[in-house]
Amino acid sequence: MQAKDAKLYEMALVNLLRQRDETAFTQLIEQYHASLVRLASIYVQDITTAEEIAQETWLAVLQGLDQFEGRSSLKTWIFTILTNKSKTRSQREKRIVSYADLEGATEIQPTMDSKRFRDPLAEDWPNHWAPSSAPVSWMGIPEDIFLSQETLDLVRQTIDELSDSQRLVITLHDQDEISTQEICNILGISETNQRVLLHRARAKVRQALENYFQVEH
Amino acid sequence: MDDEMTCKELVELVTEYLEGTLAEDLRAKMEDHLSRCDGCTHYLEQMQQTIRLTGRVREESLTSQQRDDLLRLFRDWQKN
Repeated sequence: MQAKDAKLYEMALVNLLRQRDETAFTQLIEQYHASLVRLASIYVQDITTAEEIAQETWLAVLQGLDQFEGRSSLKTWIFTILTNKSKTRSQREKRIVSYADLEGATEIQPTMDSKRFRDPLAEDWPNHWAPSSAPVSWMGIPEDIFLSQETLDLVRQTIDELSDSQRLVITLHDQDEISTQEICNILGISETNQRVLLHRARAKVRQALENYFQVEH
Repeated sequence: MDDEMTCKELVELVTEYLEGTLAEDLRAKMEDHLSRCDGCTHYLEQMQQTIRLTGRVREESLTSQQRDDLLRLFRDWQKN
């Protein structure tokens, strides 16, 4: 969807909600509730509390509709309310929060096994792909295998196993399609941190897929 | 020659490249490299495919319990 269309769509939804339209609400919760719970659970690490926070967020959204001016997107507004509530709750519970590594994500570590590259001191092509280590094209993989349930399960599982902060960023960015700028606002992190986390997360999913497609096909 | 981007460097810049935040000179070097390197071209394609697959793995839909709870919340608000 184009940004302008998305904006019109959101404002239409907001207007329906102001008229207390249940279908509009159903549409929003179908779209975002699972993501909200997931986001909250990173702060409080207890699914019941996360669910509670997401519910409180929806109530705050409904009660705050008249104050929503459309300066940020509806999506960002909802996610920001949730993050604020999650932070308040995790502070109240004096929990040591696992999002600490959100801020410490700038250390530079390679995402690719260095064995796949030629020696940095090699005379020919240092730091280029070593023989038979270069990535191969996936274009020849039939679509029904590429998009099979098994492939998608692998992606899901790999994402589940990422660190909290990497999982958070890849799901917000590549699944919920929230922009980098919005993610930075929601999470209160720098664009550099966001990008490092996103890159690490994607690199791990790519690696899992590469291993899988190499064995299978 | 020494100024050329290596494969090892390129793989770490792919996200910035795809996000459109890579500095102009690095982008030029990267595209120059890509035009001559199948391995890196495939790497870039694989990352794009990875993003596409990730987008397909959406959260499962709501449980009926969640939906009931939220609709109750909505209807309470609706009455006020």
